[in-house]
Amino acid sequence: MDIINAIVLLLNYIFVPALSYGSQLALGAIFVSLIYGILRFAYFTAGDLMSFGTMFTILFTWYFQSLGISLGVLPTALIAIPFGIIITIFYVLVKDKLVFSYYRFKKSPPVMLAMVSIGTMFVTQAIVRIVIGPFDRRFFDGEKFILKANEFKEITGLNEGLTIKSTQVITLLVTIIVVSILFWFLNKTKTGKSMRAYSDNEDLALLSGIDPKKVVMITWVIAAILATIGGTLYGLDKSFKPFTYFNNMLPIFAAAIVGGIGNPFGAFLGGYVIAFSEILLTYAYRKFFVYILPESLEPNSLIQLLSTDYKFAVSFSILVIVLLFRPSGIFKGKVL
Amino acid sequence: MRQNLDVIIAYIIMLGLIILVGLFQSWSIALSILCFCLISAVMTMGANIQWGYAGLINFGIMGYTALGGLAAVLVSVPPVKEAWQVGGLNMIFSVILIALIVFSVRFIIKNYKKSKKRNYGVALVIIVGLILLRLISGPAIESIEAVSPATTGFLGGMGLPILFSWIVGAFFAGGLAYIIGKIALGLRADYLAIATLLISEIVIAVIKHEDWLSRGVKNVIGLKRPVPYEIDLQAKEWFINLVAKFNQGTLNLITDSLEKEQMLKQLVIEGSTVFVKLCFAGLFTIVVIILLIITQKALYSPWGRMMRAIRDNEEAANAMGKNVVKQHLLIFVLGSAIVGIAGAMMVTYDGLFTPGSYRPMRYTFLIWVMVIVGGSGNNFGAVLGGFAVWFLWIEAAPIALFLINFFTSGLEETNAFRLHLIDSIPYFRFLMMGVGLLLIMRYRPKGILPEKIKHS
Repeated sequence: MDIINAIVLLLNYIFVPALSYGSQLALGAIFVSLIYGILRFAYFTAGDLMSFGTMFTILFTWYFQSLGISLGVLPTALIAIPFGIIITIFYVLVKDKLVFSYYRFKKSPPVMLAMVSIGTMFVTQAIVRIVIGPFDRRFFDGEKFILKANEFKEITGLNEGLTIKSTQVITLLVTIIVVSILFWFLNKTKTGKSMRAYSDNEDLALLSGIDPKKVVMITWVIAAILATIGGTLYGLDKSFKPFTYFNNMLPIFAAAIVGGIGNPFGAFLGGYVIAFSEILLTYAYRKFFVYILPESLEPNSLIQLLSTDYKFAVSFSILVIVLLFRPSGIFKGKVL
Repeated sequence: MRQNLDVIIAYIIMLGLIILVGLFQSWSIALSILCFCLISAVMTMGANIQWGYAGLINFGIMGYTALGGLAAVLVSVPPVKEAWQVGGLNMIFSVILIALIVFSVRFIIKNYKKSKKRNYGVALVIIVGLILLRLISGPAIESIEAVSPATTGFLGGMGLPILFSWIVGAFFAGGLAYIIGKIALGLRADYLAIATLLISEIVIAVIKHEDWLSRGVKNVIGLKRPVPYEIDLQAKEWFINLVAKFNQGTLNLITDSLEKEQMLKQLVIEGSTVFVKLCFAGLFTIVVIILLIITQKALYSPWGRMMRAIRDNEEAANAMGKNVVKQHLLIFVLGSAIVGIAGAMMVTYDGLFTPGSYRPMRYTFLIWVMVIVGGSGNNFGAVLGGFAVWFLWIEAAPIALFLINFFTSGLEETNAFRLHLIDSIPYFRFLMMGVGLLLIMRYRPKGILPEKIKHS
């Protein structure tokens, strides 16, 4: 009985939150990785692009709410996402036309493009803050919980409750759907294959008649879609604040590099690696040991490897370790 | 002379702008802008040495700045004797333990061949070491933080004059850069950028949450100044006379003696803040000039030539027998040390240390905008970039307000759109920075003052 309680405890405090956080990171990491693979630079605007997409989703959500449209138990934001995506796609394409394409034609070194993306980061951040302000916004509506701790206790008769928020399930489902479509697209369709070929060897791809403009455009479209969805899911699950989104850029980069940058599937797994290690290393295991150990051995300290303040530091340390020992990432991306 | 005409003109324009602020806003604002411009200039010089001389991209500027600030605290705050009594010994043991772990890991790696056994050995040493560290330091940290937590709750510093911290800060930052350089310098440019950015976040996390060392987010306030305090100045005879002398014209216009005294008092109060800021500006200018002389000498020395050779063609330089790895590490350490000085200077000027305020936007990306805008590889350009960008960063709000009022002058005063724009004025500075950076990179990729290389 105690073992079951212990497992439920871990599920509730580690597995479920890490799974949803990991999915949100994974979506970001995939598009950072794609941009790195195809456009060949580190895209520092990542976090702010997510907040840009989320901002428009929120604006549309408010608009729909004012019209009285809602999805009942589901959050209204789900119908607003496509509209947010359209605007974000438009934004990234305009940005590419005005800013990035010039450097691509000039064949500037990747560092230059990374610097340029810092410029666009400033601009995007300014737009988001001017339009919606820097404050914390919650835009979740509908049913909050699928399973409440009390209900779970009543049904199973256990001491430990298991809470599942609807946003966590939505996050997971949407991530599975989006990622499967993406990998189907990359692996099975002609356009997807041409993108992979372009990423693998640009000159060879150009020789075989692949249109670089199309490849670049589709990369940006995918980036905009993933950014908006990932950002909105994060905002639904926690809350929307431009500053947090900017900060999320760092674990997203960590996930992309840990997974092997330039390799979308690696980035996808990298998101979970980062999320799980962050939560596993900063969780206080005291209660867990109380359940599984006999009373005489009960621990009296928190059994916490690191204090929760170091949550971010954990993912960065993993990144440093990976860079040191396996610079191409756990799942072999481009060699540095 | 003619060659340097653009430099001179650019600097005259910059100084003119600051003087305009002094005339139209107030001299106090103008001088604090000048002080921060000088601090930014030092940071930019540090980054410029790495990027402009050697092509190394370092996004960890925030971390070095914070370490410099920490140095200011550790040097100038008087030691908290009680805290040392309850936990000092254990903390010293902890430091020794960390050193032991590092040395034993190095020893194992050096003396045994690469094998699974060695890896397990290293892991074992680290894990056992960390558990021991936790056992020794845990209770000590708790008791240190319990010593009157409202005012101290940390070990304190050495109680030395704060000016020493400018050197100590350089050593701190240089030390950190040595470790980071050893780890990350082999990486390709943009990976190096990400790695240094993330490592600097780790540094900030440690400073923020290790309360026994830095008081963390509780901040350290009231650091001692190297220049006189306003209150003391206002009571000094010679200072009042000085103010009276400077403002003779205005004072003579007032005939009523009581009113005259009031006026003088007001002027003395204003004058004291200006005087203090002038002192700071003088100190900072000395640092900037010393650094400019050193970096300029280095740039045109054989060493500077070698660095440029390495930057422009690493393989060729390597083939000529230059030790690229070693030189990269050296320049990484030097540049970071300069940033460390700037960090200590900033805390000295503010008189307080707030670990929570170190954010990558302000302390890493903004500095990079300065480097790119000013002109990478040119020290005068870097200094000018620091000045120009900081000036714009501060004056962006008034400029934005003016522009908004101008463009929405057709709308009513209470128009919701207009009010919304006026509410979001602080964020227009991001827009200006971004657009400025993009324009400079597009149309003047070498910066306002590009690098000049004399071929002799």
